[in-house]
Amino acid sequence: MSNSKEWPLWEVFLRSRAGLDHKHCGSLHAADGPMALQLARDVYTRRQEGVSIWVVRADHIHASDPTDKAALFDPMADKIYRHPTFYELPDEVDHM
Amino acid sequence: MNASITALNPAHAPYVLRIADGSLILAQRLSECCGHGPALEPDIALTNVALDLLGQARLLLSHAGALEGAGRDEDALAYWRDASQFRNPTLCELPNGDFAQTCLRTFFYVAWQAQLWTALSASKDAALAAIAEKSSKETRYHCEHLAGWVVRLGDGTANSTERLQRALNYLLPYTNELFVDDDTDLAAAAAGIGPLPSSLNDAWTAQVQAVLAEATLKLPATTPFRSSGRRGQHSEAMDYVLAEMQSVARAHPGAQW
Repeated sequence: MSNSKEWPLWEVFLRSRAGLDHKHCGSLHAADGPMALQLARDVYTRRQEGVSIWVVRADHIHASDPTDKAALFDPMADKIYRHPTFYELPDEVDHM
Repeated sequence: MNASITALNPAHAPYVLRIADGSLILAQRLSECCGHGPALEPDIALTNVALDLLGQARLLLSHAGALEGAGRDEDALAYWRDASQFRNPTLCELPNGDFAQTCLRTFFYVAWQAQLWTALSASKDAALAAIAEKSSKETRYHCEHLAGWVVRLGDGTANSTERLQRALNYLLPYTNELFVDDDTDLAAAAAGIGPLPSSLNDAWTAQVQAVLAEATLKLPATTPFRSSGRRGQHSEAMDYVLAEMQSVARAHPGAQW
């Protein structure tokens, strides 16, 4: 393999227990999906970290550009009426 | 009744010891690969297989020692026997060779273990059946992982196909030994301890041939050659395996971590 092309990069997501969400835990190189799943099992679940694995090719993920952070997220900061905590609830409404 | 078989039946210790030694010696061989895999991830994967095999060996050696009743624990059996007292099939001790040979040898053996564990789960030796039950889950993954590599390499580039074909021609004759019955096997089978090696042949052959066909490899002609590791007559490779495995324990007898 040494002089051939590099294996593509895969992002690995683990569900640690039934009922929880899959969480991103790292990445690895593998030739294809089935190999990525097997290697994720060996690299990331050796200490019982997971009960389910997703792998996604890193180049299939569309990610926001960190330099767009101000344009994307800052406008939310002064619109506190979008947060449920902005409103006073009547006493009859418990447990919001 | 099961307990009495477990505690006191030296007659079946050699049967268990063969299975234990196969796991131990292959674990030792695979451990040599640690840090030498073709890439980080497959290196970790192969080392995981080595650790699983070592775990099986520990349980099986302890059990063989208990059956034998001579006061030998897993360490005594692993570190203080010489080559002629080991009973692993020769296949397990052969040099790793290249990655193709390492993968194919391991696949041949774990596929054999898969058949063995299934048969042992019905053993009248309850402890042995429990070890088989635990190991079968590990072995199912080992088979899947190694079969994957055999197919990828066999049906891969011209170079990888040639290397795997060479490994197949070299290794296949050593698998004959896995299916030869002798008195130890006949006694264990008659007592309901475990299967005759010959009874595992058909299922193993079907499983292996399906993978080799998918890997586009050509089966070499069968040969009457039979290695003899299970009888304690090993290849010249065995002394090197043991020298590396046993040197620390023998240099520092009784040392503790």
